[in-house]
Amino acid sequence: MTAVLFDNVSRHFGAVRAVDGVNLEIAEGEFFAMLGPSGSGKTTCLRLMAGFEQPTGGHIEIFGETAEGVPPYRRSVNTVFQDYALFPHLSILDNVAYGLMVKGVGREERRKAAEDALAMVKLPNYGSRRPGQLSGGQRQRVALARALVNKPKVLLLDEPLGALDLKLREQMQEELKSLQKSLGITFVFVTHDQGEALSMADRIAVFNDGRIQQLGSPEEVYKQPKTRFVADFVGSSNVLPARLCQRLGVTSSYASLRPEAIVLSAPRDGALSLSGTVSAHSFLGAVNRVVVDVEGARIAVASPVSLVVPKVGSPVTISFAADELHPMEDA
Amino acid sequence: MRSDRLNRSPLGLKIAAAAGLAFMHVPILLIFLYAFTTEEKSYQFPPPGLTTQWLAVAWNRPDVWAALTLSVKVASIATAVALVLGTLCAAAVSQTRFFGRETISLLVILPIALPGIITGIALRSAFSMAEIPFSFWTIVLGHATFCIVVVYNNAVARFRRISGSLVEASMDLGADGFQTFRYIILPNIGTALLAGGMLAFALSFDEVIVTTFTAGQQSTLPIWMLEELIRPRQRPVTNVVAMIVVLVTFLPILGAYYLTRDGDQIAGAGK
Repeated sequence: MTAVLFDNVSRHFGAVRAVDGVNLEIAEGEFFAMLGPSGSGKTTCLRLMAGFEQPTGGHIEIFGETAEGVPPYRRSVNTVFQDYALFPHLSILDNVAYGLMVKGVGREERRKAAEDALAMVKLPNYGSRRPGQLSGGQRQRVALARALVNKPKVLLLDEPLGALDLKLREQMQEELKSLQKSLGITFVFVTHDQGEALSMADRIAVFNDGRIQQLGSPEEVYKQPKTRFVADFVGSSNVLPARLCQRLGVTSSYASLRPEAIVLSAPRDGALSLSGTVSAHSFLGAVNRVVVDVEGARIAVASPVSLVVPKVGSPVTISFAADELHPMEDA
Repeated sequence: MRSDRLNRSPLGLKIAAAAGLAFMHVPILLIFLYAFTTEEKSYQFPPPGLTTQWLAVAWNRPDVWAALTLSVKVASIATAVALVLGTLCAAAVSQTRFFGRETISLLVILPIALPGIITGIALRSAFSMAEIPFSFWTIVLGHATFCIVVVYNNAVARFRRISGSLVEASMDLGADGFQTFRYIILPNIGTALLAGGMLAFALSFDEVIVTTFTAGQQSTLPIWMLEELIRPRQRPVTNVVAMIVVLVTFLPILGAYYLTRDGDQIAGAGK
């Protein structure tokens, strides 16, 4: 079943087209990421799902029901806010039980449910504290428990890990993923961190300027970027300009090539090759990043550290399998 | 950290500060003292004798009671009106963006910046132009103009500290507008409203200027006192009433001070 459906949805603020003709279909139980730079429309899409914004055009369905005009409090959708938005005057337990309280669930029952939710996010026995007494990571877990206790059909997460430090972020990525698997709830999360999107999501929608640039599995988005924007934003694909594409026999005007698909040696059978000069290199731990200048186009190569790095200025031949070269749609 | 050495101040400054404070507060103590004097026609110092008879006399004067009841009624209703309108206005100005927002904010605050006499004259001419007879309600209206400002100022400062996403979070968790107001907004602005209400009450209770322009034949307590000072009869009764006014206005202001101070800590624990 389709959890969230966007049919040509737009949200314009005056002349600003925050969301402009977005089509997407999120399946039930899917872990879906909306990836893009700030101002790309991804957060507005999330707010359209939550009901904080109404579309100026198009149609939204949540589990088959029309969502336009339905206020946030009548949607079976809950949000984990970027700043967590915990209620400062309520204890952690009352924060988590809030959704049940306003729905009229009895005191004992909601206390039990809230305690279970807190245990699920590994914060048992924190119920009597206040939000101000918790660390950022703990507050994030409380926000998660407060949303999940309502058993939403779709959980929306707005930059859920943005405020956490690197170590905590990696730990939470794994926890979120396993939580989503065990609960089977549809998760939709917004992020500007491509690593986060690639490692957690089942599918990714890459946003730019209010539009979806590409929608696909992490592997597709990473290996076969459809546009130059995606190639540039998701990781660091090389974009080959038209004249190089022509020489290599690609019909489109641009093509992408992953740095790790290139080797610094003469071509083997069937492989394509280009020659240029080394313009820079740097040591990245697992690989050496070598930048090769091919007729003005800078092409990055991820070269294993076991291989010798050629000197800057020396001529090299780079080669790669023909199927590693992915034609792109447009400029 | 402040060191002890920095805390020490010259003796001259200490004396000057003490003298300044005494200048402000000793006259108030004299008011209290004259409430117990045996001399009823003039304020003679030192009082020839002390008595508590004026408390009983004041208690038995119906005009004191009439003025006191009127003042309490006016202050209560003006405060109630100000609480509702001031809160609504503060919510609108701080939670939403619309054309003319800053202008409205300025216009709401203006009555307290304007001299009372201007407000008074303006209201008086407006009332007579609209042929509204002076009554209890014209006094309430006059007082509400500046009471709203006090409530608005308190509420708007607190609203600004409430993160906008708190309201969204509440709605997201299934609370409608009324529930969100009751469970999220009110607890967060409650102390600010109480403080603003108390200040508004105190302001209204001892207001003279606007009242003289908007009252008909009725006397609120401050106006009654003004009239009473001119008459050289049972003067200490005025002092007894003055003592009561000090208590009635000072206690709410003190309360407001402690409430908002406390509120800072609650709101500060927010994010």
